[in-house]
Amino acid sequence: MNDTIHATAAELAARIASGAQSAEEITRLHLDRIAAVDEQVNAFLAVDAERALAQARAVDVKRASGAPLAPLAGVPVAVKDLFCYQGLPTTAASRMLESWVPPYNSTVVDRLLASDLVILGKTNLDEFAMGSSTETSAFGPTRNPWDLGRIPGGSGGGSAAALAAFEAPLAIGTDTGGSIRQPASVTGTVGVKPTYGGVSRYGVIAMASSLDQPGPCARTVLDAALLHQVMAGHDPADSTSIAAPVPDVVSAARKADVKGLRIGVVRELGGEGYAPGVEARFAAAVELLASLGAEIVEVSCPHFVHAFAAYYLIMPAEVSSNLARYDGMRYGLRVGDDGLASTEQVMRASRAAGFGDEVKRRIIIGSYALSAGYYDAYYGSAQKVRTLIRTDFEAAFRQCDVLVSPATPTTAFRFGERLTDPLAMYKSDLCTIPANLAGNAAASVPIGLADEDGLPVGLQIMAPVLADDRCYLVGAAVEAGLTEQWGGPLLDRVPALKEKAR
Amino acid sequence: MALTVQDVARLADLARIELSEEELARLAPQLDVILTAVASVADVAGQDVPPTSHPVRLENVYRIDETRPSWPAEAMLAGAPAVEDDHFRVPRILDEEA
Repeated sequence: MNDTIHATAAELAARIASGAQSAEEITRLHLDRIAAVDEQVNAFLAVDAERALAQARAVDVKRASGAPLAPLAGVPVAVKDLFCYQGLPTTAASRMLESWVPPYNSTVVDRLLASDLVILGKTNLDEFAMGSSTETSAFGPTRNPWDLGRIPGGSGGGSAAALAAFEAPLAIGTDTGGSIRQPASVTGTVGVKPTYGGVSRYGVIAMASSLDQPGPCARTVLDAALLHQVMAGHDPADSTSIAAPVPDVVSAARKADVKGLRIGVVRELGGEGYAPGVEARFAAAVELLASLGAEIVEVSCPHFVHAFAAYYLIMPAEVSSNLARYDGMRYGLRVGDDGLASTEQVMRASRAAGFGDEVKRRIIIGSYALSAGYYDAYYGSAQKVRTLIRTDFEAAFRQCDVLVSPATPTTAFRFGERLTDPLAMYKSDLCTIPANLAGNAAASVPIGLADEDGLPVGLQIMAPVLADDRCYLVGAAVEAGLTEQWGGPLLDRVPALKEKAR
Repeated sequence: MALTVQDVARLADLARIELSEEELARLAPQLDVILTAVASVADVAGQDVPPTSHPVRLENVYRIDETRPSWPAEAMLAGAPAVEDDHFRVPRILDEEA
Protein backbone atom coordinates (compact mmCIF):
# COMPACT_ATOMS: atom_id res chain seq x y z
CA MET A 1 0.00 0.00 0.00
CA ASN A 2 1.65 3.19 -1.12
CA ASP A 3 -0.59 5.51 0.91
CA THR A 4 0.79 4.22 4.20
CA ILE A 5 2.75 7.31 5.16
CA HIS A 6 -0.25 9.57 4.54
CA ALA A 7 -2.69 7.43 6.54
CA THR A 8 -3.90 8.49 9.97
CA ALA A 9 -2.80 6.60 13.08
CA ALA A 10 -6.38 5.40 13.57
CA GLU A 11 -6.42 3.98 10.03
CA LEU A 12 -3.01 2.29 10.47
CA ALA A 13 -4.15 0.73 13.75
CA ALA A 14 -7.27 -0.61 12.02
CA ARG A 15 -5.19 -2.12 9.19
CA ILE A 16 -2.89 -3.82 11.70
CA ALA A 17 -5.77 -5.13 13.81
CA SER A 18 -7.60 -6.51 10.77
CA GLY A 19 -4.48 -7.99 9.25
CA ALA A 20 -4.79 -5.83 6.12
CA GLN A 21 -1.21 -4.60 6.58
CA SER A 22 1.55 -5.78 8.91
CA ALA A 23 3.01 -3.51 11.57
CA GLU A 24 6.44 -4.43 10.23
CA GLU A 25 5.61 -3.16 6.73
CA ILE A 26 4.16 0.06 8.16
CA THR A 27 7.28 0.66 10.23
CA ARG A 28 9.56 -0.16 7.30
CA LEU A 29 7.74 2.32 5.02
CA HIS A 30 8.13 5.08 7.62
CA LEU A 31 11.82 4.27 8.08
CA ASP A 32 12.21 4.42 4.28
CA ARG A 33 10.49 7.81 4.21
CA ILE A 34 12.82 9.12 6.95
CA ALA A 35 15.83 7.88 4.97
CA ALA A 36 14.48 9.56 1.84
CA VAL A 37 13.62 13.03 3.18
CA ASP A 38 15.16 13.68 6.57
CA GLU A 39 18.41 15.03 5.18
CA GLN A 40 16.29 17.99 4.05
CA VAL A 41 14.01 18.24 7.09
CA ASN A 42 16.36 17.23 9.94
CA ALA A 43 13.44 16.28 12.17
CA PHE A 44 15.29 13.32 13.71
CA LEU A 45 18.38 13.34 15.92
CA ALA A 46 18.40 9.54 16.09
CA VAL A 47 16.58 6.81 14.15
CA ASP A 48 16.20 3.48 15.93
CA ALA A 49 15.45 1.26 12.93
CA GLU A 50 16.32 -2.20 14.24
CA ARG A 51 14.54 -1.89 17.56
CA ALA A 52 11.51 -0.31 15.87
CA LEU A 53 11.26 -3.22 13.42
CA ALA A 54 11.57 -5.71 16.30
CA GLN A 55 8.78 -3.92 18.19
CA ALA A 56 6.62 -4.00 15.06
CA ARG A 57 7.27 -7.71 14.45
CA ALA A 58 6.32 -8.44 18.07
CA VAL A 59 2.93 -6.79 17.42
CA ASP A 60 2.44 -8.91 14.30
CA VAL A 61 3.25 -12.05 16.31
CA LYS A 62 0.82 -10.97 19.04
CA ARG A 63 -1.94 -10.44 16.48
CA ALA A 64 -1.27 -13.79 14.83
CA SER A 65 -1.59 -15.48 18.22
CA GLY A 66 -5.06 -13.99 18.63
CA ALA A 67 -4.13 -11.93 21.69
CA PRO A 68 -6.04 -8.64 22.06
CA LEU A 69 -4.27 -5.53 20.70
CA ALA A 70 -4.15 -2.07 22.30
CA PRO A 71 -5.86 0.69 20.27
CA LEU A 72 -2.61 2.01 18.72
CA ALA A 73 -0.66 -1.27 18.70
CA GLY A 74 1.97 -1.30 15.95
CA VAL A 75 1.58 2.38 15.03
CA PRO A 76 4.90 4.25 14.75
CA VAL A 77 5.61 7.27 16.97
CA ALA A 78 8.46 9.80 17.10
CA VAL A 79 9.69 10.92 20.53
CA LYS A 80 11.05 14.39 21.34
CA ASP A 81 14.66 14.01 22.46
CA LEU A 82 13.78 15.26 25.94
CA PHE A 83 12.20 11.96 27.04
CA CYS A 84 14.52 9.35 28.51
CA TYR A 85 14.55 6.13 26.47
CA GLN A 86 17.10 3.45 27.32
CA GLY A 87 19.43 2.31 24.59
CA LEU A 88 19.59 5.64 22.73
CA PRO A 89 21.21 8.94 23.73
CA THR A 90 18.83 11.50 25.22
CA THR A 91 20.51 14.76 24.30
CA ALA A 92 17.98 17.58 24.87
CA ALA A 93 19.68 18.88 21.66
CA SER A 94 22.59 20.05 23.83
CA ARG A 95 26.35 19.44 23.69
CA MET A 96 26.01 18.98 27.46
CA LEU A 97 24.25 15.61 26.95
CA GLU A 98 25.54 14.76 23.47
CA SER A 99 26.40 11.14 24.25
CA TRP A 100 24.40 10.60 27.43
CA VAL A 101 22.39 7.37 27.46
CA PRO A 102 19.73 7.40 30.21
CA PRO A 103 19.71 4.52 32.70
CA TYR A 104 15.89 4.36 32.79
CA ASN A 105 12.80 5.15 30.70
CA SER A 106 10.47 8.09 31.20
CA THR A 107 6.97 7.05 32.25
CA VAL A 108 5.61 8.30 28.91
CA VAL A 109 8.01 6.07 26.95
CA ASP A 110 7.11 3.10 29.17
CA ARG A 111 3.43 3.73 28.45
CA LEU A 112 4.01 3.95 24.69
CA LEU A 113 5.85 0.62 24.83
CA ALA A 114 3.26 -0.99 27.11
CA SER A 115 0.60 -0.04 24.53
CA ASP A 116 2.76 -1.55 21.76
CA LEU A 117 3.49 1.65 19.87
CA VAL A 118 6.64 1.47 17.73
CA ILE A 119 9.26 4.11 18.58
CA LEU A 120 10.96 5.27 15.36
CA GLY A 121 13.54 7.56 17.00
CA LYS A 122 14.19 10.85 18.75
CA THR A 123 13.22 14.24 17.34
CA ASN A 124 15.06 17.54 17.29
CA LEU A 125 14.21 20.49 19.55
CA ASP A 126 15.58 23.77 20.76
CA GLU A 127 18.39 23.18 23.28
CA PHE A 128 16.79 21.99 26.55
CA ALA A 129 13.45 22.99 24.94
CA MET A 130 14.38 26.68 25.11
CA GLY A 131 13.28 28.40 21.93
CA SER A 132 10.51 28.82 19.38
CA SER A 133 12.30 27.75 16.19
CA THR A 134 14.66 24.75 16.81
CA GLU A 135 17.46 27.13 15.84
CA THR A 136 19.04 26.79 19.29
CA SER A 137 19.51 23.01 18.81
CA ALA A 138 23.20 22.16 19.05
CA PHE A 139 22.68 19.78 16.13
CA GLY A 140 21.27 22.18 13.54
CA PRO A 141 17.73 23.42 12.97
CA THR A 142 14.78 21.43 11.71
CA ARG A 143 13.21 22.79 8.52
CA ASN A 144 9.50 23.38 8.00
CA PRO A 145 8.12 21.03 5.29
CA TRP A 146 5.84 23.85 4.07
CA ASP A 147 8.90 25.97 3.21
CA LEU A 148 12.38 24.62 3.89
CA GLY A 149 13.65 28.19 4.39
CA ARG A 150 11.43 28.64 7.41
CA ILE A 151 11.34 27.48 11.02
CA PRO A 152 9.08 24.59 12.11
CA GLY A 153 8.37 26.29 15.44
CA GLY A 154 9.85 25.27 18.72
CA SER A 155 10.84 23.86 20.90
CA GLY A 156 9.10 20.78 19.48
CA GLY A 157 9.87 21.60 15.84
CA GLY A 158 11.29 18.14 15.16
CA SER A 159 8.11 16.36 16.27
CA ALA A 160 5.85 18.74 14.32
CA ALA A 161 7.99 18.60 11.16
CA ALA A 162 8.16 14.78 11.31
CA LEU A 163 4.35 14.76 11.12
CA ALA A 164 4.09 17.34 8.33
CA ALA A 165 6.80 15.55 6.32
CA PHE A 166 4.94 12.23 6.71
CA GLU A 167 7.91 10.67 8.50
CA ALA A 168 5.70 9.60 11.44
CA PRO A 169 1.93 9.52 12.02
CA LEU A 170 2.30 10.38 15.72
CA ALA A 171 4.81 12.22 17.89
CA ILE A 172 5.16 13.38 21.45
CA GLY A 173 6.26 16.73 22.77
CA THR A 174 6.50 18.90 25.86
CA ASP A 175 4.95 22.33 26.33
CA THR A 176 6.36 24.87 28.81
CA GLY A 177 5.22 28.09 27.11
CA GLY A 178 3.89 26.78 23.79
CA SER A 179 6.43 24.17 22.64
CA ILE A 180 3.71 21.76 21.44
CA ARG A 181 1.10 24.27 20.24
CA GLN A 182 3.27 26.82 18.39
CA PRO A 183 5.07 24.16 16.25
CA ALA A 184 1.68 22.53 15.54
CA SER A 185 0.33 25.91 14.44
CA VAL A 186 3.17 26.74 12.01
CA THR A 187 3.30 23.23 10.47
CA GLY A 188 -0.44 22.68 10.00
CA THR A 189 -0.57 19.84 12.53
CA VAL A 190 -2.43 19.17 15.80
CA GLY A 191 -0.80 19.60 19.22
CA VAL A 192 -2.24 19.41 22.70
CA LYS A 193 -0.90 20.61 26.03
CA PRO A 194 -2.87 18.58 28.57
CA THR A 195 -3.84 19.95 31.99
CA TYR A 196 -0.69 20.36 34.11
CA GLY A 197 -0.30 17.09 36.01
CA GLY A 198 -2.30 15.14 33.42
CA VAL A 199 0.76 13.45 31.91
CA SER A 200 3.75 12.32 33.98
CA ARG A 201 6.95 14.35 33.85
CA TYR A 202 9.01 11.47 35.28
CA GLY A 203 12.07 10.90 33.10
CA VAL A 204 11.49 14.04 31.04
CA ILE A 205 14.44 16.43 31.14
CA ALA A 206 13.21 19.39 33.17
CA MET A 207 13.17 22.97 31.96
CA ALA A 208 10.68 24.83 34.23
CA SER A 209 9.01 22.28 36.46
CA SER A 210 5.86 24.25 37.37
CA LEU A 211 5.14 24.82 33.65
CA ASP A 212 6.45 21.75 31.76
CA GLN A 213 3.78 19.38 30.46
CA PRO A 214 4.17 16.47 28.01
CA GLY A 215 1.47 15.99 25.39
CA PRO A 216 0.48 14.44 22.05
CA CYS A 217 1.23 15.67 18.49
CA ALA A 218 -0.59 14.27 15.46
CA ARG A 219 -2.06 15.09 12.04
CA THR A 220 -5.70 14.68 13.14
CA VAL A 221 -7.60 15.51 16.32
CA LEU A 222 -8.71 11.89 16.80
CA ASP A 223 -5.12 10.62 16.46
CA ALA A 224 -4.00 13.14 19.11
CA ALA A 225 -6.80 11.94 21.40
CA LEU A 226 -5.83 8.28 20.96
CA LEU A 227 -2.21 9.13 21.83
CA HIS A 228 -3.31 11.35 24.77
CA GLN A 229 -5.21 8.36 26.17
CA VAL A 230 -2.03 6.25 26.06
CA MET A 231 0.25 8.90 27.62
CA ALA A 232 -1.97 10.32 30.36
CA GLY A 233 -2.94 9.21 33.84
CA HIS A 234 -1.68 9.19 37.38
CA ASP A 235 1.96 8.28 38.02
CA PRO A 236 3.20 7.89 41.59
CA ALA A 237 6.73 8.69 40.36
CA ASP A 238 5.69 12.32 39.62
CA SER A 239 4.51 14.09 42.78
CA THR A 240 2.58 16.67 40.72
CA SER A 241 0.71 14.00 38.73
CA ILE A 242 -3.06 14.31 39.23
CA ALA A 243 -4.76 11.27 40.75
CA ALA A 244 -7.98 11.59 38.74
CA PRO A 245 -9.40 9.74 35.74
CA VAL A 246 -8.14 10.90 32.33
CA PRO A 247 -10.82 13.08 30.65
CA ASP A 248 -12.57 11.08 27.92
CA VAL A 249 -10.71 12.73 25.06
CA VAL A 250 -11.34 9.96 22.51
CA SER A 251 -15.13 10.14 22.85
CA ALA A 252 -14.95 13.93 22.60
CA ALA A 253 -12.89 13.71 19.39
CA ARG A 254 -15.43 11.30 17.89
CA LYS A 255 -18.40 13.41 18.99
CA ALA A 256 -17.09 16.63 17.34
CA ASP A 257 -20.26 18.56 18.18
CA VAL A 258 -20.27 22.16 19.43
CA LYS A 259 -24.03 22.76 19.38
CA GLY A 260 -24.95 24.94 22.37
CA LEU A 261 -21.33 25.21 23.52
CA ARG A 262 -20.35 28.69 24.73
CA ILE A 263 -17.08 29.71 23.09
CA GLY A 264 -15.24 32.80 24.31
CA VAL A 265 -13.03 34.89 22.03
CA VAL A 266 -10.28 36.46 24.13
CA ARG A 267 -10.20 40.17 23.30
CA GLU A 268 -6.59 40.60 24.44
CA LEU A 269 -5.18 37.92 22.08
CA GLY A 270 -5.39 39.80 18.79
CA GLY A 271 -4.83 43.18 17.21
CA GLU A 272 -1.41 44.83 17.01
CA GLY A 273 1.41 42.39 16.23
CA TYR A 274 -0.93 39.79 14.71
CA ALA A 275 -0.50 39.05 11.00
CA PRO A 276 -3.54 39.87 8.82
CA GLY A 277 -3.64 36.31 7.44
CA VAL A 278 -3.69 34.91 10.98
CA GLU A 279 -6.53 37.21 12.02
CA ALA A 280 -8.52 36.43 8.86
CA ARG A 281 -8.26 32.65 9.30
CA PHE A 282 -9.10 33.00 13.00
CA ALA A 283 -12.21 35.07 12.21
CA ALA A 284 -13.31 32.47 9.65
CA ALA A 285 -12.84 29.65 12.18
CA VAL A 286 -14.96 31.50 14.74
CA GLU A 287 -17.62 32.02 12.07
CA LEU A 288 -17.55 28.30 11.30
CA LEU A 289 -18.04 27.47 15.00
CA ALA A 290 -21.03 29.83 15.12
CA SER A 291 -22.50 28.19 12.01
CA LEU A 292 -22.11 24.79 13.72
CA GLY A 293 -24.33 25.98 16.55
CA ALA A 294 -21.85 27.30 19.11
CA GLU A 295 -22.66 30.47 20.99
CA ILE A 296 -19.80 32.96 20.49
CA VAL A 297 -19.09 35.47 23.26
CA GLU A 298 -16.32 38.02 23.56
CA VAL A 299 -14.50 37.83 26.87
CA SER A 300 -11.80 39.95 28.43
CA CYS A 301 -8.84 38.53 30.30
CA PRO A 302 -7.27 41.84 31.30
CA HIS A 303 -4.11 40.40 32.87
CA PHE A 304 -3.12 38.26 29.87
CA VAL A 305 -1.10 41.23 28.57
CA HIS A 306 1.21 40.75 31.58
CA ALA A 307 1.57 36.98 31.13
CA PHE A 308 4.58 37.41 28.85
CA ALA A 309 6.55 39.39 31.46
CA ALA A 310 5.60 37.04 34.29
CA TYR A 311 6.53 33.98 32.22
CA TYR A 312 9.94 35.34 31.22
CA LEU A 313 10.79 35.70 34.91
CA ILE A 314 9.22 32.56 36.39
CA MET A 315 10.50 30.26 33.63
CA PRO A 316 14.17 31.44 33.76
CA ALA A 317 14.08 31.34 37.57
CA GLU A 318 13.11 27.67 37.41
CA VAL A 319 15.60 27.08 34.58
CA SER A 320 18.48 28.50 36.61
CA SER A 321 17.63 26.12 39.43
CA ASN A 322 16.90 23.02 37.31
CA LEU A 323 20.00 23.34 35.12
CA ALA A 324 22.31 23.63 38.12
CA ARG A 325 22.47 19.83 37.96
CA TYR A 326 24.65 19.99 34.83
CA ASP A 327 27.92 20.41 36.68
CA GLY A 328 30.05 17.87 34.82
CA MET A 329 30.43 15.65 37.87
CA ARG A 330 28.09 12.64 37.57
CA TYR A 331 27.02 12.72 33.92
CA GLY A 332 27.18 14.90 30.87
CA LEU A 333 30.02 16.94 29.45
CA ARG A 334 33.18 17.56 31.52
CA VAL A 335 35.75 20.01 30.20
CA GLY A 336 39.17 21.05 31.51
CA ASP A 337 39.73 18.23 34.00
CA ASP A 338 43.52 18.23 33.62
CA GLY A 339 44.33 16.94 37.09
CA LEU A 340 45.19 20.48 38.24
CA ALA A 341 41.94 22.41 37.80
CA SER A 342 39.54 22.57 40.74
CA THR A 343 35.98 21.27 40.69
CA GLU A 344 34.68 24.84 40.40
CA GLN A 345 36.94 25.60 37.45
CA VAL A 346 35.83 22.41 35.72
CA MET A 347 32.17 23.28 36.35
CA ARG A 348 32.58 26.75 34.86
CA ALA A 349 34.41 25.43 31.82
CA SER A 350 31.97 22.53 31.31
CA ARG A 351 28.90 24.77 31.50
CA ALA A 352 30.56 27.31 29.22
CA ALA A 353 31.25 24.65 26.59
CA GLY A 354 28.07 22.59 27.08
CA PHE A 355 25.41 25.31 26.95
CA GLY A 356 24.45 27.52 24.01
CA ASP A 357 23.59 31.22 24.13
CA GLU A 358 19.87 30.90 24.86
CA VAL A 359 20.42 28.53 27.77
CA LYS A 360 23.05 30.88 29.18
CA ARG A 361 20.74 33.89 28.78
CA ARG A 362 17.94 32.17 30.67
CA ILE A 363 20.16 30.91 33.48
CA ILE A 364 21.57 34.40 33.99
CA ILE A 365 18.16 36.12 33.92
CA GLY A 366 16.87 33.52 36.37
CA SER A 367 19.83 33.98 38.69
CA TYR A 368 19.15 37.72 38.63
CA ALA A 369 15.40 37.38 39.27
CA LEU A 370 16.09 35.17 42.28
CA SER A 371 18.93 37.18 43.78
CA ALA A 372 18.65 39.04 47.08
CA GLY A 373 17.38 42.59 46.61
CA TYR A 374 15.61 41.80 43.32
CA TYR A 375 13.51 38.81 44.34
CA ASP A 376 10.41 40.80 45.41
CA ALA A 377 10.42 43.13 42.42
CA TYR A 378 10.88 40.37 39.85
CA TYR A 379 10.13 36.79 40.89
CA GLY A 380 7.71 37.73 43.69
CA SER A 381 5.78 40.12 41.45
CA ALA A 382 5.67 37.56 38.64
CA GLN A 383 4.12 35.00 40.99
CA LYS A 384 1.38 37.50 41.88
CA VAL A 385 0.69 38.11 38.20
CA ARG A 386 0.39 34.36 37.86
CA THR A 387 -2.45 34.47 40.39
CA LEU A 388 -4.18 37.20 38.35
CA ILE A 389 -3.89 35.14 35.14
CA ARG A 390 -5.47 32.20 36.92
CA THR A 391 -8.36 34.33 38.21
CA ASP A 392 -8.84 35.77 34.69
CA PHE A 393 -9.27 32.21 33.41
CA GLU A 394 -11.66 31.33 36.25
CA ALA A 395 -13.82 34.37 35.50
CA ALA A 396 -13.80 33.64 31.75
CA PHE A 397 -14.76 29.98 32.30
CA ARG A 398 -17.79 31.12 34.30
CA GLN A 399 -19.02 32.81 31.09
CA CYS A 400 -18.06 30.15 28.57
CA ASP A 401 -17.04 26.52 28.16
CA VAL A 402 -13.85 27.09 26.16
CA LEU A 403 -11.76 30.06 25.06
CA VAL A 404 -10.27 30.49 21.58
CA SER A 405 -7.50 32.63 20.06
CA PRO A 406 -4.89 32.35 17.34
CA ALA A 407 -2.23 29.86 18.49
CA THR A 408 0.63 32.18 17.56
CA PRO A 409 0.62 35.78 16.26
CA THR A 410 2.34 35.05 12.93
CA THR A 411 2.98 32.18 10.54
CA ALA A 412 6.39 30.47 10.30
CA PHE A 413 9.22 33.00 10.06
CA ARG A 414 12.48 32.65 8.15
CA PHE A 415 15.67 31.22 9.66
CA GLY A 416 17.79 33.86 11.36
CA GLU A 417 14.96 36.40 11.49
CA ARG A 418 14.62 36.36 15.28
CA LEU A 419 17.71 34.46 16.41
CA THR A 420 19.69 37.47 17.63
CA ASP A 421 16.62 39.33 18.90
CA PRO A 422 15.47 37.29 21.92
CA LEU A 423 12.42 39.49 22.56
CA ALA A 424 11.07 38.99 19.03
CA MET A 425 11.59 35.23 19.45
CA TYR A 426 9.84 35.24 22.85
CA LYS A 427 6.78 36.92 21.33
CA SER A 428 6.08 33.75 19.33
CA ASP A 429 4.59 32.44 22.59
CA LEU A 430 2.31 35.40 23.41
CA CYS A 431 -0.93 33.42 23.01
CA THR A 432 0.21 30.12 24.47
CA ILE A 433 1.87 31.28 27.72
CA PRO A 434 -1.28 32.03 29.78
CA ALA A 435 -2.40 28.37 29.79
CA ASN A 436 1.01 27.26 31.08
CA LEU A 437 0.92 29.80 33.91
CA ALA A 438 -2.59 28.68 34.93
CA GLY A 439 -2.08 24.97 34.17
CA ASN A 440 -5.27 24.45 32.16
CA ALA A 441 -5.55 22.38 28.96
CA ALA A 442 -4.98 23.97 25.54
CA ALA A 443 -4.59 22.78 21.94
CA SER A 444 -3.74 24.04 18.47
CA VAL A 445 -5.56 22.76 15.38
CA PRO A 446 -4.94 23.86 11.76
CA ILE A 447 -7.45 26.38 10.34
CA GLY A 448 -6.01 27.14 6.92
CA LEU A 449 -3.28 29.09 5.16
CA ALA A 450 -2.61 32.81 5.51
CA ASP A 451 -3.42 34.74 2.33
CA GLU A 452 -0.18 36.72 2.34
CA ASP A 453 2.29 33.80 2.48
CA GLY A 454 0.33 30.56 2.03
CA LEU A 455 1.57 29.21 5.37
CA PRO A 456 -0.47 27.35 8.04
CA VAL A 457 -2.39 29.09 10.82
CA GLY A 458 -3.51 27.42 14.05
CA LEU A 459 -6.53 27.91 16.27
CA GLN A 460 -5.84 27.73 19.99
CA ILE A 461 -8.58 26.16 22.11
CA MET A 462 -8.24 26.61 25.88
CA ALA A 463 -10.32 24.57 28.35
CA PRO A 464 -10.52 24.49 32.15
CA VAL A 465 -8.29 22.29 34.30
CA LEU A 466 -9.16 18.61 33.69
CA ALA A 467 -11.60 19.50 30.90
CA ASP A 468 -9.08 18.49 28.21
CA ASP A 469 -11.92 16.69 26.39
CA ARG A 470 -13.40 20.08 25.39
CA CYS A 471 -10.23 20.92 23.40
CA TYR A 472 -10.86 17.74 21.39
CA LEU A 473 -14.60 18.34 21.06
CA VAL A 474 -14.07 21.80 19.55
CA GLY A 475 -10.92 20.82 17.64
CA ALA A 476 -12.63 17.88 15.96
CA ALA A 477 -15.66 20.01 15.01
CA VAL A 478 -13.41 22.66 13.42
CA GLU A 479 -11.39 19.97 11.66
CA ALA A 480 -14.49 18.26 10.24
CA GLY A 481 -16.03 21.54 9.08
CA LEU A 482 -12.87 22.84 7.42
CA THR A 483 -11.85 19.52 5.85
CA GLU A 484 -15.23 19.50 4.15
CA GLN A 485 -14.76 23.10 2.91
CA TRP A 486 -11.25 22.33 1.67
CA GLY A 487 -12.21 18.98 0.13
CA GLY A 488 -9.45 17.20 2.08
CA PRO A 489 -6.97 17.70 4.93
CA LEU A 490 -4.82 20.84 4.94
CA LEU A 491 -1.67 18.70 4.79
CA ASP A 492 -2.71 17.51 1.30
CA ARG A 493 -1.40 20.91 0.21
CA VAL A 494 2.09 20.66 1.75
CA PRO A 495 4.66 20.77 -1.11
CA ALA A 496 6.00 17.31 -1.98
CA LEU A 497 9.53 16.74 -0.68
CA LYS A 498 12.05 15.36 -3.12
CA GLU A 499 12.77 11.77 -2.14
CA LYS A 500 16.40 10.76 -2.17
CA ALA A 501 17.06 7.75 -4.41
CA ARG A 502 18.12 4.73 -2.41
CA MET B 1 20.67 50.38 31.63
CA ALA B 2 19.37 47.91 34.24
CA LEU B 3 22.08 45.35 33.70
CA THR B 4 25.74 46.19 33.07
CA VAL B 5 28.54 44.01 31.76
CA GLN B 6 29.85 43.84 35.33
CA ASP B 7 26.47 42.62 36.60
CA VAL B 8 26.36 39.91 33.97
CA ALA B 9 29.91 38.83 34.82
CA ARG B 10 28.96 38.53 38.50
CA LEU B 11 25.75 36.60 37.73
CA ALA B 12 27.56 34.24 35.36
CA ASP B 13 30.09 33.65 38.11
CA LEU B 14 27.30 32.81 40.58
CA ALA B 15 25.77 30.47 37.99
CA ARG B 16 29.19 28.85 37.39
CA ILE B 17 29.34 29.70 33.71
CA GLU B 18 32.61 31.00 32.30
CA LEU B 19 31.92 33.83 29.84
CA SER B 20 34.53 35.29 27.50
CA GLU B 21 34.87 39.07 27.01
CA GLU B 22 33.23 38.64 23.63
CA GLU B 23 30.27 36.75 25.13
CA LEU B 24 29.84 39.34 27.88
CA ALA B 25 29.79 42.14 25.33
CA ARG B 26 27.22 40.27 23.22
CA LEU B 27 24.94 38.91 25.96
CA ALA B 28 24.81 41.89 28.36
CA PRO B 29 22.82 44.24 26.07
CA GLN B 30 20.44 41.39 25.13
CA LEU B 31 19.83 40.58 28.78
CA ASP B 32 19.26 44.24 29.53
CA VAL B 33 16.58 44.44 26.81
CA ILE B 34 14.86 41.33 28.19
CA LEU B 35 14.88 42.59 31.78
CA THR B 36 13.58 46.00 30.73
CA ALA B 37 10.73 44.30 28.86
CA VAL B 38 9.66 42.25 31.88
CA ALA B 39 10.22 44.88 34.60
CA SER B 40 6.58 45.98 34.27
CA VAL B 41 5.47 42.96 36.37
CA ALA B 42 6.30 44.95 39.49
CA ASP B 43 3.49 47.43 38.73
CA VAL B 44 0.64 44.99 38.08
CA ALA B 45 -0.45 43.36 41.32
CA GLY B 46 -1.31 45.00 44.61
CA GLN B 47 0.00 43.98 48.02
CA ASP B 48 -3.10 41.90 48.69
CA VAL B 49 -2.63 39.49 45.76
CA PRO B 50 -1.24 36.16 46.96
CA PRO B 51 1.58 34.61 44.91
CA THR B 52 1.07 31.41 42.86
CA SER B 53 4.06 29.09 42.73
CA HIS B 54 2.26 26.20 41.12
CA PRO B 55 -0.69 25.85 38.75
CA VAL B 56 -2.49 23.11 40.66
CA ARG B 57 -2.93 22.87 44.40
CA LEU B 58 -0.01 20.93 45.80
CA GLU B 59 -0.55 18.44 48.55
CA ASN B 60 2.06 16.37 50.24
CA VAL B 61 2.26 12.98 48.58
CA TYR B 62 2.93 9.93 50.73
CA ARG B 63 4.03 6.53 49.62
CA ILE B 64 4.28 3.28 51.45
CA ASP B 65 7.49 3.12 53.46
CA GLU B 66 8.96 -0.03 52.01
CA THR B 67 12.37 -0.91 50.72
CA ARG B 68 12.88 -1.11 46.98
CA PRO B 69 16.00 -2.10 45.11
CA SER B 70 18.13 0.88 44.03
CA TRP B 71 19.50 1.26 40.53
CA PRO B 72 22.64 -0.85 40.06
CA ALA B 73 25.81 1.18 40.61
CA GLU B 74 27.20 0.33 37.18
CA ALA B 75 24.08 1.72 35.48
CA MET B 76 24.45 5.00 37.35
CA LEU B 77 28.19 5.16 36.66
CA ALA B 78 27.79 4.35 32.97
CA GLY B 79 27.24 8.01 32.07
CA ALA B 80 29.91 9.42 34.37
CA PRO B 81 32.70 11.54 32.89
CA ALA B 82 35.24 9.71 35.10
CA VAL B 83 35.00 6.67 37.36
CA GLU B 84 37.43 5.26 39.90
CA ASP B 85 36.81 2.19 42.10
CA ASP B 86 33.04 2.22 41.64
CA HIS B 87 32.83 5.92 42.49
CA PHE B 88 32.39 9.16 40.53
CA ARG B 89 35.87 10.64 40.20
CA VAL B 90 35.75 14.43 40.54
CA PRO B 91 38.42 17.12 40.28
CA ARG B 92 40.00 18.44 43.48
CA ILE B 93 37.62 20.30 45.76
CA LEU B 94 40.17 22.11 47.96
CA ASP B 95 42.07 25.27 47.15
CA GLU B 96 45.62 23.95 47.60
CA GLU B 97 47.72 23.24 44.54
CA ALA B 98 47.33 19.63 43.50
